[in-house]
Amino acid sequence: MTYSVMIVLFPLLGSFVIGVFGRKFPKRLIAGIACLTVGLSFAASCLVLRQLLLLPPTERELTYRLFNWIESGPVTIDAAFLVDPLSAVMVLVVTGVGFLIHVYSVAYMAEEPGYYRFFSYLNLFIFMMTVLVLADNYLLMFVGWEGVGLCSYLLIGFYIDRKSAGDAAKKAFIVNRIGDAGFILGTFLIFRTFGTFNYQQVFERVSELFPSPEVGFGIVSAICLLLFVGATGKSAQIPLYVWLPDAMEGPTPVSALIHAATMVTAGVYMVARSAALFSRAPETLLIVAVIGIATAVLAACIAVVQTDIKRVLAYSTVSQLGYMFLAAGVGAFGSGIFHVVTHAFFKALLFLGSGSIILALHHEQDLFRMGGLKKYLPITFWTMWVATLAISGVPPLAGFFSKDAILWNAFSLGHVVLWIIGVAVAGLTAFYMFRLMFLAFYGEEAAPGSEHNEQGNHRPHEPSLLITGPLMILAVFSALAGFLGLPGYLGTNLLETFLEPSFRYRYFGEHAAAHAYSLEIVLTVIAILAAAAGIAVAYYAYIRDRGLPGRLAQRFQGLYLAARQKFYVDEIYDAILVRPIQRISDVFLWRVIDEGLIDGIVNGTGELMQYWGSALRRIQSGYTRGYATWILIGALLLFIYYYLVTV
Amino acid sequence: MVPTAHYLVLSAILFGIGVIGVLTRRNVITMLMCIELMLNAVNLAFMAFSRHLDQIDGQIFVFFVMTVAAAEAAVGLALIVVLSRRKQTLDVDEVNEMKW
Repeated sequence: MTYSVMIVLFPLLGSFVIGVFGRKFPKRLIAGIACLTVGLSFAASCLVLRQLLLLPPTERELTYRLFNWIESGPVTIDAAFLVDPLSAVMVLVVTGVGFLIHVYSVAYMAEEPGYYRFFSYLNLFIFMMTVLVLADNYLLMFVGWEGVGLCSYLLIGFYIDRKSAGDAAKKAFIVNRIGDAGFILGTFLIFRTFGTFNYQQVFERVSELFPSPEVGFGIVSAICLLLFVGATGKSAQIPLYVWLPDAMEGPTPVSALIHAATMVTAGVYMVARSAALFSRAPETLLIVAVIGIATAVLAACIAVVQTDIKRVLAYSTVSQLGYMFLAAGVGAFGSGIFHVVTHAFFKALLFLGSGSIILALHHEQDLFRMGGLKKYLPITFWTMWVATLAISGVPPLAGFFSKDAILWNAFSLGHVVLWIIGVAVAGLTAFYMFRLMFLAFYGEEAAPGSEHNEQGNHRPHEPSLLITGPLMILAVFSALAGFLGLPGYLGTNLLETFLEPSFRYRYFGEHAAAHAYSLEIVLTVIAILAAAAGIAVAYYAYIRDRGLPGRLAQRFQGLYLAARQKFYVDEIYDAILVRPIQRISDVFLWRVIDEGLIDGIVNGTGELMQYWGSALRRIQSGYTRGYATWILIGALLLFIYYYLVTV
Repeated sequence: MVPTAHYLVLSAILFGIGVIGVLTRRNVITMLMCIELMLNAVNLAFMAFSRHLDQIDGQIFVFFVMTVAAAEAAVGLALIVVLSRRKQTLDVDEVNEMKW
């Protein structure tokens, strides 16, 4: 049981040591400490998983109470860690992918100033993320929730000499705060309704109070909606997704770890953790599903026309997160977590691969200035292929199984429209990912490569093993992780069976009519065909006929420009939210409230005192006899007073 | 035997003279003497009550007052000596720098 504490404490220790003493450490030592602590944390996670697996499925729940955190009247809140299948899976992904990305960062960040700062933040992030995942109550989860937000902010703004990085960091922080306000209100409402923050107790009470789902929009729906507002912030869903693409200002390993594999899935984890609540709030669930699929479509459309390699991947992440919320929204929480896991592998791999390209091209991120890289970066090339096939849903790679599980659940639970859109998004996904691959690795060598050739020895070359190693390991997982969740017609879904006890308090409706496997297979084939269509279009447009994209862009100029400008969402937010707030702040809050009212009260108090003082100080004349007269008057007044009182 | 009231009237007169002296005279030494007069007027009242009530408390109090008066005279006269050395004056109205 104490393994769970070790998972959390090692990264904290690493972060503390590096952060406080790291300035004077040699880089090797910093890298060693950072990787070792996360590695130990990962080892502890594996031991925790082993512990769980040794128990019978129904008893797989270990709580370790660290200390009594808040005690106030009848309220007792413990700092306690809960290890159950759900948190075990999440913590394995967080520490496992986190470890690989730490190793990768050792080489990637080698030339950057602020090495120790980077690793201190990165370790702190792992600490906060494990707290978030392992917490056994909503309040402790909120601590982790805010903590990862802080680390995200610090790491997006890591390049402190770049204004754009600072702006992106602030944007991420502020947008996340909006979501967090919803989350904390949701937890307050949970406390008001159920009298506790503890998961176990909340879920028990909600299953007693609501044996069947709520009709209409009641308290449970309100709680879930508020929690989901928090999730839209952290997991970049409409309407709060705008911070994630900008977050690409951070170093690439950060994008891989925080803004693709782990932190952004916290919202999905939170919704899955609260399955007992969400499954009783059909109204909110529908909102979750619709927001999820809408985000998936919107982000995929934007990803198609982006030219910055990291921004393509960022929008792809937003889109994939949409899939996860679609899963949660149709009630398939297990499938959502399955996609979290597979996505963590292949998206981390894609980001790390793009980081390898960026490094090789000396920080060139424009896809149209790449090209022909396959012969220079063979390992990056092949591992990126694995990830691309995985995310595109090509069997039998990981993404195929998890995406298909989500789509099948959407269909079989009666959301046919959502299924159709989901399949379309699968096609789009395949298209933009193959576009990325074709532009980066195929075709003639574009500007940067040839420039370097002219200069002679500056050809892009494969980076060190520290970078390619994690790529290869992640490629293996991206290829094989899908077999954890085989669909019904191929075998058993190990992952979802393992997760099932974590969702035992959820409401199990009348099961959807049992569909034949043949239907599932047909639907799967349709999804594969959609992906194949996307791949074919990408091949035609970016390999065979490279003029086609330009012509299409001309033909549908309005749509193209709108997508290119991210559908003007940032501009709209700017016009309807940011500027009015700034104007109100400037004209009203600053000039009227602050300068007029607050300064008026403060200065007025002072002036009043001065006025009285200048009047009263005349009494102090300096003449001794004057003082004696005052004493006499005082004595006489006392005398008169006592005389009047006694008589 | 002289009635107690007479002592008290005398005490009040002496006290009044002291007060008026303190308030009207500008010479420090005179003022100090007037304060002594007020203290002794109070002493007289204490004694009168002590006799009237046949209790010793008032007399004990008088000793305290006399002690304090002696101490006060010592400190006060010392201050006056310093004052006269510094300012070459005994007029209190000329010592009025401690003000707003």
